[in-house]
Amino acid sequence: MNITIEKEKKTFSKDETVNMPKKEKKAVYETKQLNLWYGDNHALKNIDLDIYENEVTAIIGPSGCGKSTYIKTLNRMIELVPGVRTSGEISYRGRNIFDSDYRVEELRTKVGMVFQKPNPFPKSIYENVAYGPKIHGIRDKKILDQIVEKSLRGAAIWDEVKDRLHTNAYGLSGGQQQRLCIARCLAIEPDVILMDEPTSALDPISTLKVEELVQELKKNFSIIIVTHNMQQAARISDKTAFFLNGEVVEYSDTNKIFSNPSDKRTEDYITGRFG
Amino acid sequence: MKELTLYQKKRKWTLNFLVDKLFTVGLWIVSLLIVALIFWLLYRIISRGLPLLTFDFLIGIPDEVMEGGGIGPFLFNSFYILIISLIISLPIGIGSGIYLAEYAPDNRLTEVIRACVESLASVPSIVFGLFGYVLFVDVFQIGLTILGASVALSLLNLPVLTRVTEEALRSVPMDVREASYALGATKSKTIIKAVFPAALSAIVTGISLAACRAFGESAVILLAGGTGTSGEMWDFNLLSPGGNLPVYLWYVQSEALVPDAKEIAEKSAAVLVCIILLMSTLLRIPVWLRDFRLKR
Repeated sequence: MNITIEKEKKTFSKDETVNMPKKEKKAVYETKQLNLWYGDNHALKNIDLDIYENEVTAIIGPSGCGKSTYIKTLNRMIELVPGVRTSGEISYRGRNIFDSDYRVEELRTKVGMVFQKPNPFPKSIYENVAYGPKIHGIRDKKILDQIVEKSLRGAAIWDEVKDRLHTNAYGLSGGQQQRLCIARCLAIEPDVILMDEPTSALDPISTLKVEELVQELKKNFSIIIVTHNMQQAARISDKTAFFLNGEVVEYSDTNKIFSNPSDKRTEDYITGRFG
Repeated sequence: MKELTLYQKKRKWTLNFLVDKLFTVGLWIVSLLIVALIFWLLYRIISRGLPLLTFDFLIGIPDEVMEGGGIGPFLFNSFYILIISLIISLPIGIGSGIYLAEYAPDNRLTEVIRACVESLASVPSIVFGLFGYVLFVDVFQIGLTILGASVALSLLNLPVLTRVTEEALRSVPMDVREASYALGATKSKTIIKAVFPAALSAIVTGISLAACRAFGESAVILLAGGTGTSGEMWDFNLLSPGGNLPVYLWYVQSEALVPDAKEIAEKSAAVLVCIILLMSTLLRIPVWLRDFRLKR
């Protein structure tokens, strides 16, 4: 599935590297010596982490380990929290996102985010999906219709909502709302999708649907998913990073982490001895 | 096992049960009283004035000594002053409400500003009227005018509009802003396209309350606009005398020489009440329509 609409390519895919052949795994994000403080609280300590394209990277760890903080730093949403300071570097496609001339809106147009709690706008389903394209200047009704349909199909929710596109998004179930939020995110044709515990508020069946969707989406997007559900990480991710107290304890292929962790603390966590 | 029995009383008429019932019944009585009072007032005002009402009365010129004068210019002034004052106060009031809710940092200065807005909202309207009088009659020397009345009325409405907008925007959950920012929206786009529409219903309610209060305002107009009109219908001149319907109501009831003063007052009151009821309903129709379309 490719949701690029040709007319819009110029608006959305300024970054040429997005469409390069995908033979070798390329790093999307390179994090170097990232530190982050909430006031005096040192929340992230010397993080070094490379994230590769067209993979699902899971971030696991106990509550308060900094995993959500890290993922929110990747699209600089963390800056909405007052009193946050960072040092170090995060390169997205080779460019430091903390550079003063890197417009945060540009970054967030390429890096979509799905939140823990489904957060549709109090608007119709259609308007929710069309919101992103609209604020980026697309007004043509036909193109909007196309984007909305492709995005909803991409998020595997089209068949459920196609007959009520203009009803309030709040009328959907929690799982549907979350897939709508994913569709809304797809509508701006991002390169990376960040998911912050996207299934923690959902029932098991909705969770399964979202997980299947993640598998489907990774063909076209790089996905970084924070989860406190280790089975989920094991099921859907290619690489897993284990965070503890603001540090990356271990980062490698998911298979290796769950079958043969090299750090004792990782082993203790995934076997359920703490956390 | 004695502790358990403490919570297993079989009696129905416990003190708790009685208090609960009394509370419910008490609230019912109070609300019924208020509703009854409002309907009685409305009935009295409308039943006396409405049957006598004619179209000629609504657009007729008032008469100082003869029977049968109308309220045309006063009614016109009421709308004219209201519209001008809304044109002045809506952008400023909503703008500063948005600033206070979305942009202002949480520090001493904004705390002081917020406290000022709050106390301004509770200043008696006659004080704003006096301010308008001093400004336009003493300082600018243009006398009692529609312009003066409109500006003074705007000042009365400003703090209310600011507060209503700020409260409405603050009650929009942070989720909405986060979702918008995460899609690459700038702050202004987020406010205009996501936060403001979510708060629109509350803001419209606030505006309609302020507009209705302004329409029925007499003290401000009395001091800043005067008790008279130019005596002509459809007089758009901003420097004409700015008496409005509530002021005329007070005037005929207390000082007028016309023999049918009482009847004019009753009819004016009925007109006033009907227009305010109509206005508060009409202003909400767009929001109702939007919500209806969404729920369909």
